[in-house]
Amino acid sequence: MRDIEITEPVEITLNGELVTAQNGELLIDACERNGSYIPRFCYHSRLTPVGMCRMCLVEVDTGRGPALQPSCMIPVSDGMGVDTESDGVAKAQDGVLEFLLANHPLDCPVCDKGGECPLQDQAYAYGPGESRFVEEKRHNEKPIPISELVLLDRERCILCDRCTRFADEVAGDPLIHFIHRGSHTEVNTFPGEPFASYFSGNTVQICPVGALTASPYRFKARPWDLEETESTCTRCSVGCRVVVESSRNKVLRLQGVDSDPVNWSWLCDKGRFGFQAGNSGNRLSRPLQRCESGELSEVGWNTALDSAASVISAAIAGRGPQSVAVLGGARLTNESAYSWAKLAKDVIGTDNVDCQLGDGLPAELVLGLPGASIDEVCEPGATVLYLGPDAKEELPILYLRLRHAADFDGVKIVEVGPTLTGLSPYAAESVTAVPGETPSVLAALLDGTSEHVEASALLRNASDLKVVIGRANLAEDEAITVQTADLIRESVPGATFLPALRRANVRGALEAGLAPGFLPGGATLAGTLPTGWQSMPAERGGGAAEILEDAANGRVDVLILLGSDPLRDFPDRSLARRALAGAKTVISIDPFVNASAEQADLVLAASMFSESAGTTTSLEGRVTALNQLVTPPGTARDDWMIAVDLADRLGADLGVETSADDLAEEMAGFSDAHVVLGDGAPVGDGVMLDISGRDLLTSAEVEVPPANAYSLRLVLNRTMYDKGTLLEESESSAGLAGESVVKLSAADAAPLGVDGSTQVKVTSEHGSVTVAATIDSRVPKGVAVMHHALGDVDAGTLLVHGDPVCDVRVEVS
Amino acid sequence: MSDTAVDTQESTQEVPKVVSSRFDVDDGHTLHGYTQSGSFEGYAALRRALTMTPGAVSELVKDATLLGRGGAGFPAGVKWGFCAPDVWPRYVVANGDESEPGTYKDRLLMERDPHQLIEGSLIAAYAIGAAQVFLYVRGEMPHAQERIAAALNEAYEANFIGKNILGTDFSVDIVLTFGAGAYIVGEETALIESLEGNRGMPRLKPPFFPAAKGLYMMPTIVNNIETLSNLPWLLSHGVREYRSIGTEASPGTRLIALSGDVERPGVYEVPQGTTTFRELFESERYGGGIRGGRELKMFIPGGASAPWFFPEQVDLPLEGRVVGAEGSMLGSGAVVVMDDTTDAVRACWRLVRFFARESCGKCTPCREGTVWEERILRRILDGQGRPSDLDLLLDVADNISPGPYPLAAHPEAGLEAVPFPPRQTTICPLGPSSVAPITSAISRFRHEFEGKINRKDSIPVTSAGVTSV
Ligand SMILES: Cc1cc2nc3c(=O)[nH]c(=O)nc-3n(C[C@H](O)[C@H](O)[C@H](O)COP(=O)(O)O)c2cc1C
Ligand code: SF4
Ligand code: SF4
Ligand code: SF4
Ligand code: FES
Repeated sequence: MRDIEITEPVEITLNGELVTAQNGELLIDACERNGSYIPRFCYHSRLTPVGMCRMCLVEVDTGRGPALQPSCMIPVSDGMGVDTESDGVAKAQDGVLEFLLANHPLDCPVCDKGGECPLQDQAYAYGPGESRFVEEKRHNEKPIPISELVLLDRERCILCDRCTRFADEVAGDPLIHFIHRGSHTEVNTFPGEPFASYFSGNTVQICPVGALTASPYRFKARPWDLEETESTCTRCSVGCRVVVESSRNKVLRLQGVDSDPVNWSWLCDKGRFGFQAGNSGNRLSRPLQRCESGELSEVGWNTALDSAASVISAAIAGRGPQSVAVLGGARLTNESAYSWAKLAKDVIGTDNVDCQLGDGLPAELVLGLPGASIDEVCEPGATVLYLGPDAKEELPILYLRLRHAADFDGVKIVEVGPTLTGLSPYAAESVTAVPGETPSVLAALLDGTSEHVEASALLRNASDLKVVIGRANLAEDEAITVQTADLIRESVPGATFLPALRRANVRGALEAGLAPGFLPGGATLAGTLPTGWQSMPAERGGGAAEILEDAANGRVDVLILLGSDPLRDFPDRSLARRALAGAKTVISIDPFVNASAEQADLVLAASMFSESAGTTTSLEGRVTALNQLVTPPGTARDDWMIAVDLADRLGADLGVETSADDLAEEMAGFSDAHVVLGDGAPVGDGVMLDISGRDLLTSAEVEVPPANAYSLRLVLNRTMYDKGTLLEESESSAGLAGESVVKLSAADAAPLGVDGSTQVKVTSEHGSVTVAATIDSRVPKGVAVMHHALGDVDAGTLLVHGDPVCDVRVEVS
Repeated sequence: MSDTAVDTQESTQEVPKVVSSRFDVDDGHTLHGYTQSGSFEGYAALRRALTMTPGAVSELVKDATLLGRGGAGFPAGVKWGFCAPDVWPRYVVANGDESEPGTYKDRLLMERDPHQLIEGSLIAAYAIGAAQVFLYVRGEMPHAQERIAAALNEAYEANFIGKNILGTDFSVDIVLTFGAGAYIVGEETALIESLEGNRGMPRLKPPFFPAAKGLYMMPTIVNNIETLSNLPWLLSHGVREYRSIGTEASPGTRLIALSGDVERPGVYEVPQGTTTFRELFESERYGGGIRGGRELKMFIPGGASAPWFFPEQVDLPLEGRVVGAEGSMLGSGAVVVMDDTTDAVRACWRLVRFFARESCGKCTPCREGTVWEERILRRILDGQGRPSDLDLLLDVADNISPGPYPLAAHPEAGLEAVPFPPRQTTICPLGPSSVAPITSAISRFRHEFEGKINRKDSIPVTSAGVTSV
């Protein structure tokens, strides 16, 4: 049950005693809050009540005498009388339980739900011990797969409608349904249409029996053997709260926690099943060093750290501290990110540090814009200008929250972007802007000269505009996003912003100072020396693109990849390649030997999610706990430990006595949110940073070349499942990445002779790839869409960092 | 009204035909037939209604006490008044899903006098301010569907339906929809779900009373075919004449679908409350006596969902209130007569099987309980009953419909009548309906069940384990 604030108290009589409840709340909740838990199966506080299972029947008296009513359907009103314990109620509930058990198989000993099953618990607590049902039970084929990840055992199903309601009203993927009728009713998919939903795992979590199971957990453990801890999902920046469960030092399951400001108990499948990467056999358990033969081979930590320290010292002594560069850090905990910021900027003295890979938002925007929380964006009645990437693909639970806001809370979403997205069906208005033209399209919308009258009116009439801002197109210069933000702030001074960041802890890493020109807490190099620091970089360094450019030109002696893989993630793929080749020494700190690490001279084995404790900061600026439950493989260790050891070898002390808490304590010096963390990990919904914004904002004016009639503008974006390392290393998602394609509008496809899946050649000024073309109704005319990191086709070779947009020609090959 | 009054009426008065006046007219289903024959002039009532304010039409219907003929007998005018005020659009739904076993009177109304239904629907739409009417016809009634479709075309052509009807600013469309073979879709909220394209499963009342939140969550009036078919006569002849038929509490007539062991089964229009079941069974005008001169064993006074009546109840009038107080209901107007050759256990099983098969499956007690009841009965019939099965059966039934179930009085056994309606642990009354045959049959014919349980009177089990039906 969710906590609520009682704003409209009414008195009801519950089992003879006067108690207070919130007017209009459901009786089942009011009774629970007042100490009478009513058994239930179909009711779920995040789903529309349906009153189907009848388990929650109680006697309700509204003046006409007591009558059996489902308490999950009855809103509380003043003076209501409720009896949850009468003989009649007990008989009705026992009756329902008996009915549910009549056809239920005696599977408990082999059922994954056994031990945490409400049906089993109820039957055990109140059941008669012997069945009066002597007939043969209903039979169905034992579990049938309804999707890649979820299996359904119809014999165990009690037809509570939770999974089906979830699929329909929460996920918006109504692909599972009741079929047949009466006692033949069953949940199933439509023929030939699997339950292909990014959110399918939630149905397993909310199924009150063992009817739905997810393949990653089936037959892996019994609930009573599990150890658990609360934590935060780190597969994207939404920051969903989770319970992590393990057995024998292995994470086996993640469950969503009902965090009211964040994920409402839901998780996306990427987040829910992504823990599998941690259990992958390809995990790095010891440091690797490139040996004489050119192979990467295992070495001890002392050797590895010594050689890392010596190349760094040599670089500092040689061309100076700026010849060392640190790329990445957005996947680290706040504490590790801080330790690395301090190592880089204080100990080494370089400002060539960037936690993002040219695919995010400039630090000035994230740290500077006046912020809006997820709840503020989804506030009933709000108007939201959505300028981010496809939320369904990249920020799945933010998508669910926005979808709910639009469907149930009257939130008007005006989406402006290069294509239609997963959110478009729920947006009040979707306006497409060809890459490069967002600022001009938006300017017209905001000043009322746009032909999109409704969208314009919505934006212009919004009293309190919320903006979700991000990169919908990696082939478009980030300066255009800066220009867009500037334009909005100019036209709508009170607008607040939610940055649609990608990696889990970009915000925390930026707050920790992992960006050029910045110190912890959003301070700049112009500011004072942070407490506990000895020095700071003498000159401002460069961001990811400049670092790679420098590396390519032989100006980087040590390139440290801090949990980053530029070869896969930096949009300008050829620059990334040249940089890795051009850097004198490449040190990768990662749980895996990713594509970039394969080219490194030294790979330091890092711990992962649930192997290290600390905190993380979500896109809205919420600091929540990451707790440790299992140990990392071999001698792999936390990133902050590596930083401390390196600092030590470089003759400095990062100030850590015992644990990452010492770092947290130091961070408290520059951030209110971290004060709490000083005395241990924050519990519950975490703590919000001050997101009121900082005076850091710059403006930009980008000259976008006019589109020419022979070419299309490239949109490069992401899908939920791609060939990223963590997805590939998770058993359940490994096969889910789609094939590389270029998606065209029907209008552009026709003259090219493209239909179905024609092979085409996509050529830009800088490169060319051959790929299958498909027609997609979400793509507007004049635009070609390719996805990041799918298959072997490397769309990143088509673009060059710094070009405002990327024009391509598409020809049938 | 006293028994003598009933007699007088039977002997002296011609029973007025309010809704069935064109049943025997060859072209009664055409526009020509509708305007040229019958007990009132076709579409004159609509013309008359259009000269009145919608409110006045509603008032008139309320004054007439036009009781709903779909089952519950709720006054139509009162129901219309429940439309959530100032909420638009509103809808009228004509419930032609008639599927209650034994009920076949709406079918005749739809097949033989579709214009009467259309005119009635238009009047209702005008009264409540609906711009759209949905005519929902049972899937298995192709003849009715065709006749209504043809009539709708004629009526559109004649501008009785459509834009600016008969030159007024009243516009309405009638949409014809067909069911897909589920009894439960006759229940009004399930019907609304079905109309919306969803599975035909009832909604919970509260909060979803159709007049407040119905089709697409808008105010919706669902009326039975016969209820709506009364309106043209009512508006043509007026309230006084309407109320002169039947009784004060239940004016007008009812179509009774009489079936079972009578000489002349069929649909008869009888005045409400002034006709007794005995008259219905025995008079030459109606049933013509129990078939073959046999003895009446029991009868169902209002469709398969109604608890049974027995010879003690034959002198009760066909009036909803009276029948309800005596432990059953007039329901859908289906009267099923069973003579002394009827096997009570088998009849009970046959009825329960219907509900088990027709349960929509939405709520647990009905989905699981009705099948369980059916299987216990089946076992008893197959000679595999156990002495404990009757208590089990009654307890399973009690978990669907808790407490004393409506029952006819049995003075000899010292049983008093338990009035209608039953209580329910279910969402809709279908589950509890399955209990009617069980409690009715066991209360009177426990010895027949016991006989089968003791294998004295059992039906042999076939090789398949189940006897053919
Ligand atoms: C299981 C069930 C089946 C029903 N079937 C029908 C039906 O076939 N036709 C009908 O008019 N009403 C049927 N009803 C009653 C309707 O729900 C509704 O009360 C009726 O259509 C209202 O019309 P009236 O007020 O004109 O009687 C059924 C009710 C239940 C519970
Ligand atoms: S599969 Fe589970 S969640 Fe879905 S209806 Fe059945 S019992 Fe409920
Ligand atoms: S939305 Fe993001 S944070 Fe939430 S479960 Fe998915 S990957 Fe994890
Ligand atoms: S009582 Fe039966 S028919 Fe009615 S809603 Fe429940 S399952 Fe469906
Ligand atoms: S919990 Fe209320 S009916 Fe299922």
